[in-house]
Amino acid sequence: MTAKNLHIKIDEMKTNSGLIKNLELSIGKVVNENYNEPMGPTPMPSVTTLRDWDLTLLNKYKPFYMPDCDLCCLCTFGKCDLTAGKRGACGLDIAAQSSRIVALACSIGAACHSAHSRHLVHHLIEKYGRRYPLDVGGLNIKVEAPITRLVTGIKPETLGDLDDVLAYVEEQITQILAAAHTGQEANALDFESKAFHVGMCDHIGMEVGDIAQISVFNYPKADPEAPLVKLGIGSVDRTKPVIMCIGHNVVPSVGIIDYAKEQKVDESLEIVGLCCTAHDMTRYYTRGRIVGPISWELRFIRAGLADVVVLDEQCIRTDVADEAAKVNAPVIAASEKNCVGFKNRTNDPTDAIVDDLVSGKVLGVLILDPDKVGEVAVRVAMKVAPMRKRKNVLPTVEEVIAAAKTCTQCKQCQRNCPQDYAVPAALKDAAAGDLSKLTDLYEYCIGCGRCEQACPQKIVIHSLIVKAGEKAMYCEDNLCRSGRGAVSDVEIRSVGGPIVLGEIPGIVALVGCSNYPKGGKDVYDIAREFASRRYIVALSGCSAMAAGSYRNSEGKTIYEEFPGGFEAGGVLNVGSCVANSHIAGAAIKVANIFAKRNLRGNYEEIADYIHNRLGAVGLAWGAYSQKAAAIGAGFWRLGVPVIVGPHGSKYRRMLLGRKDVPENWNVIDARTGETVNVGPSPEHLFNVAETKEECIVQIAKLVIRPNDTWKGRAGKLSHYIDLHKRYMGVMPDDIHLYIRTPADIPITMKDEIQKILEEHNWKETTIPDPTLLPRMVRKMKE
Amino acid sequence: MSCEPWQCAEIASTKKANPIPKPEVAVAMIQRAAHPIIIAGSNLTERYMEGRPAIDFIIELAKTSKVPVVATAHMVGEFVKRGYQPAAFMNAMEIGQRVADPSWMGLDRKGHPDLVILVGMPYYMQALILSGLKHFAPTLKTMTLDNMFHVHASWSFPNASLDEWANNLKVMTLKFGGN
Ligand code: SF4
Ligand code: SF4
Ligand code: SF4
Repeated sequence: MTAKNLHIKIDEMKTNSGLIKNLELSIGKVVNENYNEPMGPTPMPSVTTLRDWDLTLLNKYKPFYMPDCDLCCLCTFGKCDLTAGKRGACGLDIAAQSSRIVALACSIGAACHSAHSRHLVHHLIEKYGRRYPLDVGGLNIKVEAPITRLVTGIKPETLGDLDDVLAYVEEQITQILAAAHTGQEANALDFESKAFHVGMCDHIGMEVGDIAQISVFNYPKADPEAPLVKLGIGSVDRTKPVIMCIGHNVVPSVGIIDYAKEQKVDESLEIVGLCCTAHDMTRYYTRGRIVGPISWELRFIRAGLADVVVLDEQCIRTDVADEAAKVNAPVIAASEKNCVGFKNRTNDPTDAIVDDLVSGKVLGVLILDPDKVGEVAVRVAMKVAPMRKRKNVLPTVEEVIAAAKTCTQCKQCQRNCPQDYAVPAALKDAAAGDLSKLTDLYEYCIGCGRCEQACPQKIVIHSLIVKAGEKAMYCEDNLCRSGRGAVSDVEIRSVGGPIVLGEIPGIVALVGCSNYPKGGKDVYDIAREFASRRYIVALSGCSAMAAGSYRNSEGKTIYEEFPGGFEAGGVLNVGSCVANSHIAGAAIKVANIFAKRNLRGNYEEIADYIHNRLGAVGLAWGAYSQKAAAIGAGFWRLGVPVIVGPHGSKYRRMLLGRKDVPENWNVIDARTGETVNVGPSPEHLFNVAETKEECIVQIAKLVIRPNDTWKGRAGKLSHYIDLHKRYMGVMPDDIHLYIRTPADIPITMKDEIQKILEEHNWKETTIPDPTLLPRMVRKMKE
Repeated sequence: MSCEPWQCAEIASTKKANPIPKPEVAVAMIQRAAHPIIIAGSNLTERYMEGRPAIDFIIELAKTSKVPVVATAHMVGEFVKRGYQPAAFMNAMEIGQRVADPSWMGLDRKGHPDLVILVGMPYYMQALILSGLKHFAPTLKTMTLDNMFHVHASWSFPNASLDEWANNLKVMTLKFGGN
């Protein structure tokens, strides 16, 4: 797409066979061009096109590096010890190495989403043709692919158009990966810029995948009232054969659902999903069940609940096949990315594959045809379930106590537990017959199994925990709103003003994985806190599951308690990982639809708008994956602050503002060209919150923007102060930095704040039309 | 008392912490510092010794040693609730970044800290901040007061039981109090 050897454009031509209008032809590809918006300055940016914008942000939010490893072992010059200023054999220092790892992690994440989308687009084009029209929300959505339009300048209309968009993304990911080779990029900030670039591409990759699947599989289309679907292990009918699909790519699950429906056995089966496949499965088929995140894999399999395990791609435990073998559950690997060492049986007769799996002749097979996966999975499940009789490997309570008695209290389990959980103390009590501490661990445990790997006594600690939590496990019967996909243009029109003016205090997006420091309840608490305060709360992926897993005092889940619209006090589940693109998309659409800024190829202006005016914050409380890093990077480039939970510190660098350095907070007033100090708004671009309490307060602060109206700022500050007092126990110490004029002071706190302002020698400032782009001043004058 | 990293995978390469053999040594090192600070994290209300939360021990130590405390996470309220006013409260990464910046003049603007004492954050997070300081503030001295060995610090107490930890903190408090 970037290099065109031949390009012909015909506005109107009469031929013997008819009239041709708006025909564009370029190197063998036909693009029907109905996109009237003028092209902005940066369509299909190369690796360096937006570098100045990145460096502007990185100057404001400087990286704080915390190397997770002192060494580099990426090439045979090494291993190199990079401790405290030492350079490697190639000359690299630890700052550049740290940011190289960030760029690599983001590249892996972007490659993962984009390859997932590539598979979807290939598969769907093969089945439905290149001309299959895209439809993500009917007449309610005119801007169907805001990120794609913004970055590439392409307005995709058919599946075939998505093919072209992905080609751009794939080229950029390759360029960034190349920069990470030994003896390439030398500078830490340039690696950061590259991480931003690949993060931006990741957002396009996600958008492509989700709009393709929404269009073809007819998912809910920007529907605030998308159906409520069952969530939790307790929602699974254990009397029926259970097919458990793990991963993120819905295509094999669709094969299973379609076959089961065709054969009219879908009501006699349970088709359940773990991780984002579960979201996408239930967007397609509301009888599907969402079991939970990656951390639920071991407990579900060990409890014997899966009769057949189907693996697609991403976030699948790599020992699933071994675990499934222990409970006689056959495995079907259905993705080229994860073949699990199984023989490829794609071209074998279905009867033979079914026989081999049912008889146990083979433990698993690789099948790369999703329709065949569907038939094999359903037939095998129906036959295997009565034979397996829910065979499981959970110990009895007596066995738990007996195992606990063999514990020597060596503490290896705790020292190997990523959460540092006090397993030995729980086992000490269990040995005396008290399982309560083990039961508590069930709620928090992320199911990684590292404790078992370390135990010299070979105690199956995780199984003990699951047994102790069994009762709670079978009570997990909750509701999740099926992923609604995009935010409609109508919704954007009605809330754009209140958001930008600060009257809706902010948009909080809770996204990502389940590496929670203390279980998923924190996600529910955070979401509920902000929804109750009439922020807009958007959720996706494992966070959307965690939020749905708890109930209020009236027994309602969060999706029943709050409306599902993009509105004040709305709690919306956009869907799976790839649906995160709709959150970024909504921010972009506010700039485009509400503020009427041109979208097409106009990245910097839109990011500048979002950064300075849109009070949006991303929270990935349990982020662990490279995909989460890439999603974060895409938001960083848009200028949207991202918070991670304590484990997110392992991403090894933060992007922090310094509120004690006033000159960092200058912006240009686009009306006058003058420099105005707007205080630390938003204060950070990427930061860790150590505890839930701190996280809530950080969110309330990070939605503050230079452009807030008086009323909006006063509202935001009253939430910030109230939450700070509640969760931190004291008044914030930086209020004076956020008061620009006396009208910003929340009315009920006037006296208290007036005193603070006097103590700090506070001076009134103006509210600018804020921008970080000098060229926007000229533009405004024109 | 082992001097392996408490969380087994948190290993270091060539620059590893020196173990603090006994609490009196830690006291002497803190007394030698011109601008020490304590950065106190969220586990201090989660971990108990002798039936009391660790924060109580740190408050006693801070009072007698007069070393200013920066409370991270939501700990400020916990300190205040117990009648102790920390010198500052700040996000853990923010204070980490500031002490890594040689131009930062400290909480009281009287000088950059020369000894940074960390205690009570989630182990892996504290390890990362210490790693950041080891690499990017190589002249700064760092110390940890937990009962978990931190390889990236300059000085760390070895892995120890809760009783030993309580004892270490109590001995330090007594020594600073002139006993
Ligand atoms: S890439 Fe550079 S720092 Fe890493 S091992 Fe090779 S020479 Fe050493
Ligand atoms: S590792 Fe095994 S033996 Fe050691 S404390 Fe843990 S459970 Fe007990
Ligand atoms: S399975 Fe649970 S208890 Fe065991 S190491 Fe992992 S998180 Fe810790």
